[in-house]
Amino acid sequence: MNGRRSYFIITCLAFGFAFLYVPIMSMVVFSFNASRLVTVWDSANSPTLKWYFSLAHNEEILDAAWISLKVAVINASGSVILGTLAGFGLARFAKFRGRFTLNAMTTAPLVMPEVITGLSLLLLFVALEQTIGWPAGRGITTMTIGHMTFSMAYVTVVVQSRLASFDTALEEAAMDLGARPLKVFFVITLPIIFPAILSGWLLAFTLSWDDLVISSFTSGPGSSTLPMVVFSKVRLGVSPEINVLATLTVTVVTLMIVGVSFWMARAARLDKLAT
Amino acid sequence: MQRLGITGRGLVVMLPYCWLLLFFVVPFLIVLKISFADIDLAIPPYTPLIEWIGKNTLAIKVNFSNYAFLFTDSLYLNALLNSVKVAFVSTVFCLLIGYPMAYGIARAAPSTRNILLLLVILPFWTSLLLRVYAWIGLLKANGVINNVLMSLGIIHEPLTMLYTPFAMYVGIVYSYLPFMILPLYANLEKMDWQLLEAAEDLGCRPWQAFYKITLPLSRNGILAGSMLVFIPAVGEFVIPALLGGPNALMIGRILWDEFFSNRAWPVASAVAILLLIILVPFMMWYQSVQARESAGAK
Repeated sequence: MNGRRSYFIITCLAFGFAFLYVPIMSMVVFSFNASRLVTVWDSANSPTLKWYFSLAHNEEILDAAWISLKVAVINASGSVILGTLAGFGLARFAKFRGRFTLNAMTTAPLVMPEVITGLSLLLLFVALEQTIGWPAGRGITTMTIGHMTFSMAYVTVVVQSRLASFDTALEEAAMDLGARPLKVFFVITLPIIFPAILSGWLLAFTLSWDDLVISSFTSGPGSSTLPMVVFSKVRLGVSPEINVLATLTVTVVTLMIVGVSFWMARAARLDKLAT
Repeated sequence: MQRLGITGRGLVVMLPYCWLLLFFVVPFLIVLKISFADIDLAIPPYTPLIEWIGKNTLAIKVNFSNYAFLFTDSLYLNALLNSVKVAFVSTVFCLLIGYPMAYGIARAAPSTRNILLLLVILPFWTSLLLRVYAWIGLLKANGVINNVLMSLGIIHEPLTMLYTPFAMYVGIVYSYLPFMILPLYANLEKMDWQLLEAAEDLGCRPWQAFYKITLPLSRNGILAGSMLVFIPAVGEFVIPALLGGPNALMIGRILWDEFFSNRAWPVASAVAILLLIILVPFMMWYQSVQARESAGAK
């Protein structure tokens, strides 16, 4: 590569990453600011942890976080099961009836604007309630179903691409040696795709934890999630407690991503040693 | 896999298939149905489409007035056109910022590459709502950017940036940038860089080699990234609602307001159907690009 262009690329990278990280860093810095004005630094009393303590006593946010956590965990676990089945089917069965439809149905939720998905799910729940009486009202169940519908599409993509990069030789060998299909899946396939399932679970958890639009459509009274509470606060302007929440989120996500990628790098090295 | 047999295979695919059919496809049919209903002061707030009149008569009432309303009140078409414009401009900016970044990451040494990739993925995993919120703090009148510019003496009056179209564009480009970089990187990573060396050995200038080799070969990555930004951005709600101010006409926001503020479910449904009609061709295009990309990878 010649020198001039690589300078160009390095400048682009530097500006691009600054663009991505300056907003995040500003939230972290101002979470320690004593002033209620948030962006005006109160150098006399800062840095301070006072907003961290006030967040820890904010019942509204804590309740919402608890609901979000429940929805996210159930959603992630359900999405992993549905997404693994779909990803496995799409990657390993060359031809089956409905393959095209399944493929389309797992790609569309990735790009579908959330307002459309949210509205259509709500109208489905209302229609179901009218005709068969289930679900009675809306709340955690309906939100979780809504989240699973788009989260499982992401899990499908992750699992499918992991399976596509592995050939079927190991699975075929096991079958030739007389293993039953279910046993092949649990003893050979599942360990191979385990990293994909783990990242799929985390991805589904995060998608659900962050979702505002689909939750707003499908939730009922008394089941406000964390993003719904944050959104109603943010609409009124900046709030120091939200900066604290953002800082905590960034910290957890960073630890999680770094941890998982170290673990995966180790697994990849072991893979290499094994072959 | 042959031994799995038809029934085994069927069982594996059946569960996700039925789930998506019930919770993803059927709901659209209901939206379509309700877009032909009339607003009613009832729970739920719309009239039934099929109704028993008298003992033996089944009446189907199809009401086109919601669609007629969308086309007579210029608000809706303007919002739709504006959304497409905003999404398109944002996609172009994402591409202009994202392409050099993806290129730089793909050509970095393997150890640096993983760290850079991690840095792209990290914001993608952090709440979109909180990252959009960060821009309020940066852009508002007594926000970080104005404070810095004023203390440097570049400006004397705070600039009005928050609640303008500018803020909305910044928010959309910022939020969707990782969706552009990741597919571009996945594509560029597979590139055979020796082609570029060969071209330069044969007397091509670097930018010519880029234009003639790298750019055409990364076409699928460009298309996939652009679709991942463009399609959801057309219906974006959160970013215009938080950064765009009251005048930011975006169709996702109109749909939200019709539904939550006006309780006009049939009108909201008609808006959703209109939006879908525009977006479905792009979704099909995206799917065929994905199919080509994964076929090329094998």
